[in-house]
Amino acid sequence: MSALLQIAGLTAHYGDFQALFGVDLTLDQGQTVAIIGANGAGKTTLMRAITGVAKVTAGSVTLAGKDITRIPAPDILTHGISMVPEGRKLFPSLTVEENLLIGAHARRGNGFWTLERIQTLFPILKERRHSPGTALSGGQQQMVAIGRALMSNPQVLLCDELSLGLAPVVIKEIYGAFPQIKDSGTSIIVVEQDISQALRVADHVHCMMEGRITLSGRPTELSRDAIHDAYFGVNHA
Amino acid sequence: MIFIDTLAQGMLLGGLYALFAAGLSLVFGIMRLVNLAHGDLIILAAYLILTVATVTGLHPFVAVIIAAPLMFGFGWLLQTHLLNRVLGNDILPPLLVTFGLSVVIQNGLLSTFTADSQKLTAGTIEAASVDLGVVTLGVMPVLTFGSAVLVIFALNQLFYRTALGRAFRATSDDAVTAQLMGIRPQQVFAMATGIAMVVATIAALYLGTRANFDPSIGPARLLYAFEAVIIGGLGSLWGTLAGGIVIGLAQAIGASINPEWQILSGHIAFVLVLLIRPRGLFPRAND
Ligand SMILES: Nc1ncnc2c1ncn2[C@@H]1O[C@H](COP(=O)(O)OP(=O)(O)OP(=O)(O)O)[C@@H](O)[C@H]1O
Ligand SMILES: [Mg+2]
Repeated sequence: MSALLQIAGLTAHYGDFQALFGVDLTLDQGQTVAIIGANGAGKTTLMRAITGVAKVTAGSVTLAGKDITRIPAPDILTHGISMVPEGRKLFPSLTVEENLLIGAHARRGNGFWTLERIQTLFPILKERRHSPGTALSGGQQQMVAIGRALMSNPQVLLCDELSLGLAPVVIKEIYGAFPQIKDSGTSIIVVEQDISQALRVADHVHCMMEGRITLSGRPTELSRDAIHDAYFGVNHA
Repeated sequence: MIFIDTLAQGMLLGGLYALFAAGLSLVFGIMRLVNLAHGDLIILAAYLILTVATVTGLHPFVAVIIAAPLMFGFGWLLQTHLLNRVLGNDILPPLLVTFGLSVVIQNGLLSTFTADSQKLTAGTIEAASVDLGVVTLGVMPVLTFGSAVLVIFALNQLFYRTALGRAFRATSDDAVTAQLMGIRPQQVFAMATGIAMVVATIAALYLGTRANFDPSIGPARLLYAFEAVIIGGLGSLWGTLAGGIVIGLAQAIGASINPEWQILSGHIAFVLVLLIRPRGLFPRAND
Protein backbone atom coordinates (compact mmCIF):
# COMPACT_ATOMS: atom_id res chain seq x y z
CA MET A 1 0.00 0.00 0.00
CA SER A 2 1.43 3.38 -0.92
CA ALA A 3 1.32 5.97 1.81
CA LEU A 4 -1.52 8.50 1.94
CA LEU A 5 0.52 11.03 3.87
CA GLN A 6 4.30 10.92 3.75
CA ILE A 7 6.38 13.23 5.91
CA ALA A 8 10.10 13.17 5.26
CA GLY A 9 12.89 14.99 7.06
CA LEU A 10 10.51 17.70 8.27
CA THR A 11 12.25 20.57 10.03
CA ALA A 12 10.53 23.63 11.47
CA HIS A 13 11.63 26.79 13.22
CA TYR A 14 10.09 29.52 15.34
CA GLY A 15 12.47 32.32 14.45
CA ASP A 16 15.90 30.99 15.33
CA PHE A 17 14.51 28.29 17.58
CA GLN A 18 14.43 24.89 15.90
CA ALA A 19 11.37 22.95 17.02
CA LEU A 20 11.46 19.97 14.62
CA PHE A 21 14.55 18.01 13.57
CA GLY A 22 13.96 15.91 10.48
CA VAL A 23 10.73 14.15 11.36
CA ASP A 24 9.72 11.15 9.23
CA LEU A 25 6.22 9.77 9.42
CA THR A 26 3.92 7.72 7.25
CA LEU A 27 0.14 7.48 7.35
CA ASP A 28 -1.50 4.81 5.23
CA GLN A 29 -5.04 4.96 3.91
CA GLY A 30 -7.46 3.94 6.65
CA GLN A 31 -4.83 4.05 9.36
CA THR A 32 -4.86 5.82 12.68
CA VAL A 33 -1.45 6.99 13.82
CA ALA A 34 -0.80 8.36 17.29
CA ILE A 35 1.95 10.74 18.31
CA ILE A 36 2.80 10.85 21.98
CA GLY A 37 5.34 12.89 23.84
CA ALA A 38 5.83 15.16 26.81
CA ASN A 39 5.08 18.90 26.91
CA GLY A 40 7.19 20.80 24.45
CA ALA A 41 8.17 17.72 22.45
CA GLY A 42 7.05 19.37 19.23
CA LYS A 43 3.79 17.52 18.59
CA THR A 44 1.72 20.62 17.97
CA THR A 45 4.50 22.10 15.88
CA LEU A 46 4.42 19.00 13.69
CA MET A 47 0.66 19.44 13.16
CA ARG A 48 1.16 23.12 12.41
CA ALA A 49 3.99 22.37 10.00
CA ILE A 50 1.80 19.91 8.10
CA THR A 51 -1.02 22.46 7.84
CA GLY A 52 1.19 25.36 6.79
CA VAL A 53 0.74 27.34 10.00
CA ALA A 54 4.30 26.79 11.27
CA LYS A 55 7.30 27.60 9.14
CA VAL A 56 8.83 24.53 7.46
CA THR A 57 12.55 25.00 6.89
CA ALA A 58 13.42 21.62 5.37
CA GLY A 59 11.87 18.33 4.39
CA SER A 60 8.62 17.53 2.66
CA VAL A 61 4.97 16.69 3.16
CA THR A 62 3.36 14.56 0.46
CA LEU A 63 -0.35 13.79 0.31
CA ALA A 64 -1.44 11.03 -2.08
CA GLY A 65 1.71 11.53 -4.13
CA LYS A 66 1.35 15.32 -4.29
CA ASP A 67 3.90 17.61 -2.70
CA ILE A 68 2.04 19.94 -0.34
CA THR A 69 5.03 21.27 1.62
CA ARG A 70 4.70 24.95 2.52
CA ILE A 71 1.28 25.26 0.96
CA PRO A 72 -0.39 28.20 2.74
CA ALA A 73 -2.75 27.21 5.54
CA PRO A 74 -5.98 28.19 3.74
CA ASP A 75 -5.18 25.84 0.86
CA ILE A 76 -4.47 22.80 3.01
CA LEU A 77 -8.14 22.10 3.55
CA THR A 78 -8.91 21.87 -0.13
CA HIS A 79 -6.04 19.42 -0.45
CA GLY A 80 -7.81 17.17 2.01
CA ILE A 81 -6.24 17.81 5.40
CA SER A 82 -8.25 19.19 8.26
CA MET A 83 -7.28 19.87 11.84
CA VAL A 84 -8.82 19.80 15.29
CA PRO A 85 -6.47 22.31 16.87
CA GLU A 86 -5.01 22.11 20.34
CA GLY A 87 -7.37 23.86 22.75
CA ARG A 88 -10.32 23.35 20.31
CA LYS A 89 -10.25 26.99 19.16
CA LEU A 90 -13.97 27.38 18.53
CA PHE A 91 -15.05 30.76 17.20
CA PRO A 92 -16.71 32.59 20.10
CA SER A 93 -18.89 34.78 17.87
CA LEU A 94 -20.35 31.76 16.12
CA THR A 95 -23.08 29.44 17.35
CA VAL A 96 -22.49 25.71 17.57
CA GLU A 97 -24.14 25.22 14.20
CA GLU A 98 -22.21 28.07 12.60
CA ASN A 99 -18.98 26.63 13.96
CA LEU A 100 -19.85 23.41 12.17
CA LEU A 101 -20.92 25.12 8.96
CA ILE A 102 -17.76 27.15 8.73
CA GLY A 103 -15.85 23.88 8.57
CA ALA A 104 -17.39 23.44 5.12
CA HIS A 105 -16.47 26.97 4.03
CA ALA A 106 -13.93 25.84 1.44
CA ARG A 107 -15.47 22.47 0.75
CA ARG A 108 -15.84 21.38 -2.83
CA GLY A 109 -18.34 18.75 -3.84
CA ASN A 110 -20.05 16.27 -1.61
CA GLY A 111 -18.84 13.77 0.90
CA PHE A 112 -20.14 11.62 3.68
CA TRP A 113 -20.14 14.28 6.35
CA THR A 114 -22.97 16.78 6.41
CA LEU A 115 -24.39 18.92 9.19
CA GLU A 116 -27.08 16.27 9.78
CA ARG A 117 -24.56 13.44 10.01
CA ILE A 118 -22.38 15.36 12.46
CA GLN A 119 -25.46 16.07 14.54
CA THR A 120 -26.28 12.36 14.50
CA LEU A 121 -22.74 11.49 15.52
CA PHE A 122 -22.91 13.95 18.43
CA PRO A 123 -26.63 14.54 19.15
CA ILE A 124 -25.89 17.20 21.77
CA LEU A 125 -24.65 19.45 18.96
CA LYS A 126 -28.12 19.47 17.49
CA GLU A 127 -29.73 20.18 20.83
CA ARG A 128 -27.35 23.08 21.51
CA ARG A 129 -27.08 24.29 17.93
CA HIS A 130 -28.05 27.89 18.68
CA SER A 131 -25.77 28.31 21.70
CA PRO A 132 -22.49 30.14 21.30
CA GLY A 133 -19.84 27.48 20.70
CA THR A 134 -17.87 28.58 23.70
CA ALA A 135 -20.86 28.23 26.06
CA LEU A 136 -20.57 24.45 25.90
CA SER A 137 -18.67 22.14 28.24
CA GLY A 138 -15.12 21.20 27.31
CA GLY A 139 -16.15 17.81 25.97
CA GLN A 140 -18.98 19.26 23.92
CA GLN A 141 -16.66 21.92 22.54
CA GLN A 142 -14.29 19.15 21.50
CA MET A 143 -17.18 17.50 19.66
CA VAL A 144 -17.85 20.77 17.84
CA ALA A 145 -14.17 21.03 16.93
CA ILE A 146 -14.16 17.48 15.56
CA GLY A 147 -17.41 18.04 13.70
CA ARG A 148 -16.12 21.31 12.26
CA ALA A 149 -13.02 19.53 10.97
CA LEU A 150 -15.08 16.70 9.48
CA MET A 151 -17.38 19.08 7.60
CA SER A 152 -14.75 19.44 4.87
CA ASN A 153 -14.71 15.65 4.41
CA PRO A 154 -10.96 15.41 4.85
CA GLN A 155 -8.78 12.56 3.68
CA VAL A 156 -6.62 13.16 6.71
CA LEU A 157 -7.88 14.37 10.08
CA LEU A 158 -5.31 15.77 12.49
CA CYS A 159 -6.39 15.80 16.15
CA ASP A 160 -4.23 17.66 18.64
CA GLU A 161 -4.77 16.53 22.25
CA LEU A 162 -8.45 15.68 22.17
CA SER A 163 -8.37 14.48 25.76
CA LEU A 164 -6.74 17.55 27.25
CA GLY A 165 -8.61 18.62 30.38
CA LEU A 166 -11.48 16.19 29.89
CA ALA A 167 -12.88 13.59 32.28
CA PRO A 168 -12.18 9.93 31.36
CA VAL A 169 -15.83 9.24 30.58
CA VAL A 170 -15.92 12.19 28.19
CA ILE A 171 -12.68 11.10 26.54
CA LYS A 172 -14.20 7.68 26.00
CA GLU A 173 -17.29 9.21 24.42
CA ILE A 174 -15.21 11.30 22.05
CA TYR A 175 -12.97 8.45 20.97
CA GLY A 176 -16.15 6.42 20.58
CA ALA A 177 -16.73 8.42 17.39
CA PHE A 178 -13.49 7.22 15.82
CA PRO A 179 -14.82 4.01 14.24
CA GLN A 180 -17.43 6.02 12.33
CA ILE A 181 -14.86 8.57 11.27
CA LYS A 182 -12.63 5.79 9.98
CA ASP A 183 -15.57 4.16 8.22
CA SER A 184 -16.19 7.42 6.37
CA GLY A 185 -12.81 6.94 4.72
CA THR A 186 -10.82 9.42 6.76
CA SER A 187 -7.36 8.52 8.02
CA ILE A 188 -6.37 10.00 11.34
CA ILE A 189 -3.34 11.32 13.17
CA VAL A 190 -3.91 11.89 16.88
CA VAL A 191 -1.58 13.73 19.18
CA GLU A 192 -2.03 12.49 22.73
CA GLN A 193 -0.42 12.85 26.10
CA ASP A 194 -2.70 10.10 27.37
CA ILE A 195 -0.50 7.13 26.42
CA SER A 196 -2.97 4.35 27.09
CA GLN A 197 -5.61 6.16 25.03
CA ALA A 198 -3.11 6.48 22.20
CA LEU A 199 -2.19 2.81 22.38
CA ARG A 200 -5.87 1.82 22.32
CA VAL A 201 -6.86 3.86 19.29
CA ALA A 202 -3.81 3.71 17.03
CA ASP A 203 -2.48 1.25 14.48
CA HIS A 204 0.91 2.83 14.82
CA VAL A 205 2.47 4.94 17.56
CA HIS A 206 5.32 7.44 17.38
CA CYS A 207 6.91 8.92 20.43
CA MET A 208 8.43 12.41 20.12
CA MET A 209 10.99 14.15 22.25
CA GLU A 210 12.71 17.46 21.68
CA GLY A 211 11.59 17.72 18.09
CA ARG A 212 12.50 14.18 17.07
CA ILE A 213 10.70 10.87 16.80
CA THR A 214 12.48 8.67 19.30
CA LEU A 215 10.40 5.51 19.10
CA SER A 216 7.93 4.04 16.62
CA GLY A 217 5.98 0.84 16.43
CA ARG A 218 2.67 -0.95 16.64
CA PRO A 219 1.01 -0.68 20.05
CA THR A 220 1.47 -4.42 20.56
CA GLU A 221 5.18 -4.22 19.76
CA LEU A 222 6.01 -1.45 22.19
CA SER A 223 6.83 -2.28 25.75
CA ARG A 224 5.87 0.05 28.55
CA ASP A 225 9.52 0.45 29.40
CA ALA A 226 10.51 1.42 25.89
CA ILE A 227 7.74 4.01 25.77
CA HIS A 228 8.69 5.32 29.18
CA ASP A 229 12.29 5.70 28.06
CA ALA A 230 11.38 7.42 24.82
CA TYR A 231 8.84 9.68 26.53
CA PHE A 232 11.09 10.83 29.30
CA GLY A 233 14.33 10.63 27.38
CA VAL A 234 16.27 8.17 29.56
CA ASN A 235 18.48 7.22 26.61
CA HIS A 236 18.91 10.79 25.50
CA ALA A 237 19.48 12.64 28.74
CA MET B 1 -44.60 71.02 18.98
CA ILE B 2 -41.32 72.77 18.39
CA PHE B 3 -39.65 70.35 20.73
CA ILE B 4 -41.05 67.33 18.86
CA ASP B 5 -39.88 68.93 15.65
CA THR B 6 -36.39 69.33 17.09
CA LEU B 7 -36.30 65.71 18.19
CA ALA B 8 -37.48 64.51 14.79
CA GLN B 9 -34.91 66.61 12.93
CA GLY B 10 -32.16 65.46 15.29
CA MET B 11 -33.03 61.84 14.89
CA LEU B 12 -33.08 62.11 11.10
CA LEU B 13 -29.74 63.90 11.17
CA GLY B 14 -28.47 60.94 13.21
CA GLY B 15 -29.17 58.79 10.17
CA LEU B 16 -26.57 60.74 8.20
CA TYR B 17 -24.01 60.28 10.96
CA ALA B 18 -24.83 56.58 11.13
CA LEU B 19 -24.15 56.35 7.39
CA PHE B 20 -20.79 58.08 7.91
CA ALA B 21 -20.05 55.61 10.68
CA ALA B 22 -21.35 52.27 9.37
CA GLY B 23 -18.35 51.55 7.15
CA LEU B 24 -15.95 52.52 9.89
CA SER B 25 -17.79 50.26 12.33
CA LEU B 26 -17.77 47.34 9.90
CA VAL B 27 -14.06 47.58 9.22
CA PHE B 28 -13.21 48.03 12.87
CA GLY B 29 -15.40 45.10 13.86
CA ILE B 30 -13.74 42.75 11.40
CA MET B 31 -10.09 43.73 11.40
CA ARG B 32 -9.65 46.06 14.37
CA LEU B 33 -8.50 48.72 11.95
CA VAL B 34 -9.23 52.36 12.72
CA ASN B 35 -9.30 53.94 9.31
CA LEU B 36 -8.37 57.59 9.80
CA ALA B 37 -9.01 58.22 6.11
CA HIS B 38 -12.65 57.15 6.33
CA GLY B 39 -14.00 60.71 6.21
CA ASP B 40 -11.81 61.57 3.23
CA LEU B 41 -12.90 58.39 1.48
CA ILE B 42 -16.50 59.58 1.85
CA ILE B 43 -15.54 62.92 0.30
CA LEU B 44 -13.67 61.08 -2.46
CA ALA B 45 -16.88 59.13 -3.14
CA ALA B 46 -18.83 62.40 -3.25
CA TYR B 47 -16.47 63.74 -5.94
CA LEU B 48 -16.78 60.46 -7.80
CA ILE B 49 -20.58 60.74 -7.82
CA LEU B 50 -20.23 64.37 -8.89
CA THR B 51 -17.91 63.39 -11.75
CA VAL B 52 -20.16 60.57 -12.92
CA ALA B 53 -23.20 62.84 -12.74
CA THR B 54 -21.42 65.64 -14.60
CA VAL B 55 -19.96 63.44 -17.33
CA THR B 56 -23.07 61.36 -17.96
CA GLY B 57 -25.71 63.88 -16.99
CA LEU B 58 -27.28 61.30 -14.71
CA HIS B 59 -29.16 62.21 -11.55
CA PRO B 60 -26.94 61.71 -8.45
CA PHE B 61 -29.26 58.93 -7.22
CA VAL B 62 -28.53 57.06 -10.44
CA ALA B 63 -24.88 58.06 -10.65
CA VAL B 64 -24.35 56.40 -7.28
CA ILE B 65 -25.11 53.05 -8.89
CA ILE B 66 -22.06 53.53 -11.09
CA ALA B 67 -19.92 55.06 -8.36
CA ALA B 68 -20.58 52.36 -5.74
CA PRO B 69 -18.96 49.44 -7.59
CA LEU B 70 -16.01 51.67 -8.48
CA MET B 71 -15.57 52.52 -4.82
CA PHE B 72 -15.88 48.82 -3.96
CA GLY B 73 -13.00 48.10 -6.31
CA PHE B 74 -11.00 50.97 -4.89
CA GLY B 75 -11.57 49.68 -1.36
CA TRP B 76 -10.57 46.17 -2.41
CA LEU B 77 -7.31 47.40 -3.96
CA LEU B 78 -6.63 49.69 -1.04
CA GLN B 79 -6.91 46.75 1.34
CA THR B 80 -4.93 44.22 -0.71
CA HIS B 81 -2.16 46.57 -1.77
CA LEU B 82 -1.79 48.80 1.25
CA LEU B 83 -3.73 48.05 4.42
CA ASN B 84 -3.16 44.26 4.50
CA ARG B 85 0.56 44.93 4.51
CA VAL B 86 0.45 46.98 7.69
CA LEU B 87 -2.17 45.06 9.68
CA GLY B 88 -0.63 43.14 12.54
CA ASN B 89 -0.29 43.04 16.27
CA ASP B 90 1.00 46.59 16.35
CA ILE B 91 -1.84 49.09 15.93
CA LEU B 92 0.44 52.03 15.14
CA PRO B 93 1.42 51.23 11.50
CA PRO B 94 -2.19 51.11 10.22
CA LEU B 95 -2.97 54.37 12.04
CA LEU B 96 0.01 56.08 10.44
CA VAL B 97 -0.75 54.67 7.02
CA THR B 98 -4.42 55.68 7.07
CA PHE B 99 -3.45 59.12 8.38
CA GLY B 100 -1.08 59.42 5.43
CA LEU B 101 -3.81 58.22 3.12
CA SER B 102 -6.09 60.92 4.48
CA VAL B 103 -3.54 63.60 3.59
CA VAL B 104 -2.97 62.08 0.14
CA ILE B 105 -6.70 61.99 -0.66
CA GLN B 106 -7.24 65.58 0.50
CA ASN B 107 -4.35 66.88 -1.58
CA GLY B 108 -5.31 64.75 -4.56
CA LEU B 109 -8.84 66.14 -4.47
CA LEU B 110 -7.54 69.66 -3.98
CA SER B 111 -5.33 69.55 -7.04
CA THR B 112 -7.98 67.83 -9.15
CA PHE B 113 -11.10 69.71 -8.11
CA THR B 114 -9.68 72.88 -6.41
CA ALA B 115 -10.83 74.09 -3.00
CA ASP B 116 -14.14 75.40 -4.38
CA SER B 117 -17.11 73.92 -2.64
CA GLN B 118 -19.36 71.64 -4.65
CA LYS B 119 -22.82 70.21 -4.36
CA LEU B 120 -24.70 67.31 -5.85
CA THR B 121 -27.93 68.64 -7.27
CA ALA B 122 -30.88 66.34 -6.81
CA GLY B 123 -33.53 68.73 -8.11
CA THR B 124 -36.95 69.38 -6.58
CA ILE B 125 -36.66 66.52 -4.11
CA GLU B 126 -34.18 68.63 -2.12
CA ALA B 127 -36.87 71.07 -1.04
CA ALA B 128 -39.73 68.57 -0.82
CA SER B 129 -41.26 67.78 2.53
CA VAL B 130 -43.97 65.63 4.02
CA ASP B 131 -46.48 67.03 6.48
CA LEU B 132 -47.22 64.50 9.23
CA GLY B 133 -49.50 66.83 11.16
CA VAL B 134 -47.37 67.04 14.28
CA VAL B 135 -44.20 67.68 12.33
CA THR B 136 -43.14 68.46 8.81
CA LEU B 137 -40.16 66.45 7.66
CA GLY B 138 -37.88 67.05 4.70
CA VAL B 139 -37.93 64.25 2.18
CA MET B 140 -34.12 64.19 1.98
CA PRO B 141 -33.60 63.75 5.74
CA VAL B 142 -36.25 61.02 5.75
CA LEU B 143 -34.56 59.30 2.83
CA THR B 144 -31.21 59.59 4.56
CA PHE B 145 -32.53 58.05 7.73
CA GLY B 146 -34.35 55.30 5.85
CA SER B 147 -31.17 54.51 3.95
CA ALA B 148 -29.20 54.35 7.19
CA VAL B 149 -31.65 51.89 8.72
CA LEU B 150 -31.63 49.86 5.52
CA VAL B 151 -27.84 49.84 5.30
CA ILE B 152 -27.44 48.77 8.93
CA PHE B 153 -30.12 46.12 8.49
CA ALA B 154 -28.47 44.81 5.33
CA LEU B 155 -25.04 44.73 6.96
CA ASN B 156 -26.49 42.86 9.91
CA GLN B 157 -28.13 40.31 7.64
CA LEU B 158 -24.84 39.90 5.82
CA PHE B 159 -23.00 39.52 9.09
CA TYR B 160 -25.32 37.06 10.79
CA ARG B 161 -27.11 35.26 7.97
CA THR B 162 -24.59 34.55 5.23
CA ALA B 163 -21.52 32.39 4.75
CA LEU B 164 -19.50 35.54 4.06
CA GLY B 165 -20.66 37.03 7.34
CA ARG B 166 -19.66 33.84 9.13
CA ALA B 167 -16.22 34.15 7.60
CA PHE B 168 -16.11 37.81 8.70
CA ARG B 169 -16.89 36.89 12.29
CA ALA B 170 -14.61 33.86 12.38
CA THR B 171 -11.69 35.85 10.99
CA SER B 172 -12.33 38.59 13.48
CA ASP B 173 -12.35 36.01 16.31
CA ASP B 174 -9.22 34.12 15.32
CA ALA B 175 -7.53 34.62 11.96
CA VAL B 176 -5.14 31.66 12.34
CA THR B 177 -7.87 29.13 13.05
CA ALA B 178 -9.99 30.70 10.30
CA GLN B 179 -7.22 29.81 7.86
CA LEU B 180 -7.56 26.18 8.87
CA MET B 181 -11.16 26.45 7.61
CA GLY B 182 -9.86 27.48 4.21
CA ILE B 183 -10.60 31.16 4.83
CA ARG B 184 -8.10 33.71 3.48
CA PRO B 185 -8.13 36.57 5.99
CA GLN B 186 -6.62 39.02 3.52
CA GLN B 187 -9.44 38.39 1.06
CA VAL B 188 -12.01 38.66 3.82
CA PHE B 189 -10.54 42.02 4.81
CA ALA B 190 -10.54 43.20 1.19
CA MET B 191 -14.20 42.25 0.89
CA ALA B 192 -15.01 44.11 4.11
CA THR B 193 -13.25 47.29 3.01
CA GLY B 194 -14.93 47.03 -0.39
CA ILE B 195 -18.33 46.85 1.30
CA ALA B 196 -17.39 49.70 3.63
CA MET B 197 -16.62 51.82 0.56
CA VAL B 198 -20.03 51.04 -0.92
CA VAL B 199 -21.58 52.28 2.31
CA ALA B 200 -19.29 55.33 2.17
CA THR B 201 -20.64 56.04 -1.32
CA ILE B 202 -24.21 55.97 -0.04
CA ALA B 203 -23.14 58.32 2.76
CA ALA B 204 -21.49 60.55 0.17
CA LEU B 205 -24.70 60.75 -1.85
CA TYR B 206 -26.60 62.24 1.08
CA LEU B 207 -23.69 64.33 2.28
CA GLY B 208 -23.32 65.87 -1.16
CA THR B 209 -27.00 66.46 -1.90
CA ARG B 210 -27.77 67.97 1.51
CA ALA B 211 -24.83 70.34 1.88
CA ASN B 212 -21.76 71.74 0.19
CA PHE B 213 -18.54 69.82 0.33
CA ASP B 214 -14.91 70.54 -0.47
CA PRO B 215 -11.71 68.47 -0.16
CA SER B 216 -11.02 69.56 3.41
CA ILE B 217 -14.16 68.45 5.24
CA GLY B 218 -13.34 64.72 5.56
CA PRO B 219 -11.74 64.78 9.01
CA ALA B 220 -14.80 66.44 10.58
CA ARG B 221 -17.03 63.68 9.12
CA LEU B 222 -14.56 61.14 10.50
CA LEU B 223 -14.97 62.67 13.93
CA TYR B 224 -18.78 62.31 13.86
CA ALA B 225 -18.44 58.78 12.56
CA PHE B 226 -15.91 57.92 15.20
CA GLU B 227 -18.11 59.27 17.96
CA ALA B 228 -21.12 57.37 16.66
CA VAL B 229 -19.17 54.11 16.61
CA ILE B 230 -17.82 54.60 20.12
CA ILE B 231 -21.16 55.69 21.58
CA GLY B 232 -22.82 52.65 20.06
CA GLY B 233 -20.16 50.24 21.27
CA LEU B 234 -17.28 49.03 19.13
CA GLY B 235 -18.30 46.49 16.53
CA SER B 236 -22.06 46.77 17.04
CA LEU B 237 -23.84 47.93 13.88
CA TRP B 238 -27.20 48.76 15.48
CA GLY B 239 -25.18 50.47 18.20
CA THR B 240 -23.62 52.62 15.50
CA LEU B 241 -27.07 53.70 14.35
CA ALA B 242 -27.98 54.50 17.96
CA GLY B 243 -24.71 56.42 18.29
CA GLY B 244 -25.50 58.46 15.20
CA ILE B 245 -28.95 59.26 16.57
CA VAL B 246 -27.49 60.32 19.92
CA ILE B 247 -25.19 62.81 18.21
CA GLY B 248 -27.92 64.04 15.87
CA LEU B 249 -30.35 64.56 18.76
CA ALA B 250 -27.76 66.33 20.88
CA GLN B 251 -26.86 68.64 17.99
CA ALA B 252 -30.50 69.46 17.25
CA ILE B 253 -31.30 70.14 20.88
CA GLY B 254 -28.16 72.22 21.30
CA ALA B 255 -28.93 74.20 18.15
CA SER B 256 -32.49 74.87 19.27
CA ILE B 257 -31.14 76.52 22.40
CA ASN B 258 -28.41 78.41 20.58
CA PRO B 259 -27.46 77.78 16.95
CA GLU B 260 -23.79 78.16 17.81
CA TRP B 261 -24.00 75.24 20.17
CA GLN B 262 -24.94 72.65 17.56
CA ILE B 263 -21.54 71.05 16.96
CA LEU B 264 -20.38 71.41 20.54
CA SER B 265 -23.52 69.72 21.89
CA GLY B 266 -22.78 66.62 19.83
CA HIS B 267 -19.29 66.34 21.26
CA ILE B 268 -20.57 66.93 24.80
CA ALA B 269 -23.10 64.12 24.35
CA PHE B 270 -20.23 61.89 23.26
CA VAL B 271 -18.24 62.64 26.39
CA LEU B 272 -21.31 62.19 28.62
CA VAL B 273 -22.15 58.79 27.17
CA LEU B 274 -18.57 57.65 27.66
CA LEU B 275 -18.59 58.87 31.26
CA ILE B 276 -21.70 56.83 32.00
CA ARG B 277 -20.95 53.83 29.76
CA PRO B 278 -17.24 53.69 28.93
CA ARG B 279 -17.71 50.76 26.51
CA GLY B 280 -20.61 52.39 24.68
CA LEU B 281 -24.32 51.64 24.65
CA PHE B 282 -24.17 48.17 23.07
CA PRO B 283 -20.72 46.68 23.64
CA ARG B 284 -20.00 43.31 22.06
CA ALA B 285 -19.77 40.62 24.70
CA ASN B 286 -16.48 39.12 23.63
CA ASP B 287 -14.33 42.17 23.09
N1 LIG C 1 4.87 30.26 18.83
C1 LIG C 1 6.02 29.76 19.32
N2 LIG C 1 7.12 30.53 19.35
C2 LIG C 1 8.30 30.06 19.83
N3 LIG C 1 8.47 28.83 20.31
C3 LIG C 1 7.40 28.01 20.29
C4 LIG C 1 6.13 28.43 19.80
N4 LIG C 1 5.26 27.40 19.94
C5 LIG C 1 5.97 26.40 20.48
N5 LIG C 1 7.26 26.75 20.70
C6 LIG C 1 8.32 25.89 21.25
O1 LIG C 1 8.47 24.78 20.39
C7 LIG C 1 8.67 23.60 21.15
C8 LIG C 1 7.62 22.59 20.75
O2 LIG C 1 6.36 23.09 21.14
P1 LIG C 1 5.00 22.34 20.79
O3 LIG C 1 3.89 23.24 21.13
O4 LIG C 1 5.08 21.83 19.41
O5 LIG C 1 5.06 21.13 21.82
P2 LIG C 1 3.95 20.04 22.14
O6 LIG C 1 4.61 18.72 22.01
O7 LIG C 1 2.74 20.27 21.35
O8 LIG C 1 3.68 20.36 23.67
P3 LIG C 1 2.30 20.26 24.49
O9 LIG C 1 2.15 18.84 24.90
O10 LIG C 1 2.56 21.13 25.68
O11 LIG C 1 1.22 20.74 23.64
C9 LIG C 1 8.61 24.00 22.60
O12 LIG C 1 9.93 24.13 23.06
C10 LIG C 1 7.91 25.32 22.60
O13 LIG C 1 8.38 26.13 23.64
MG1 LIG D 1 0.82 20.69 21.81
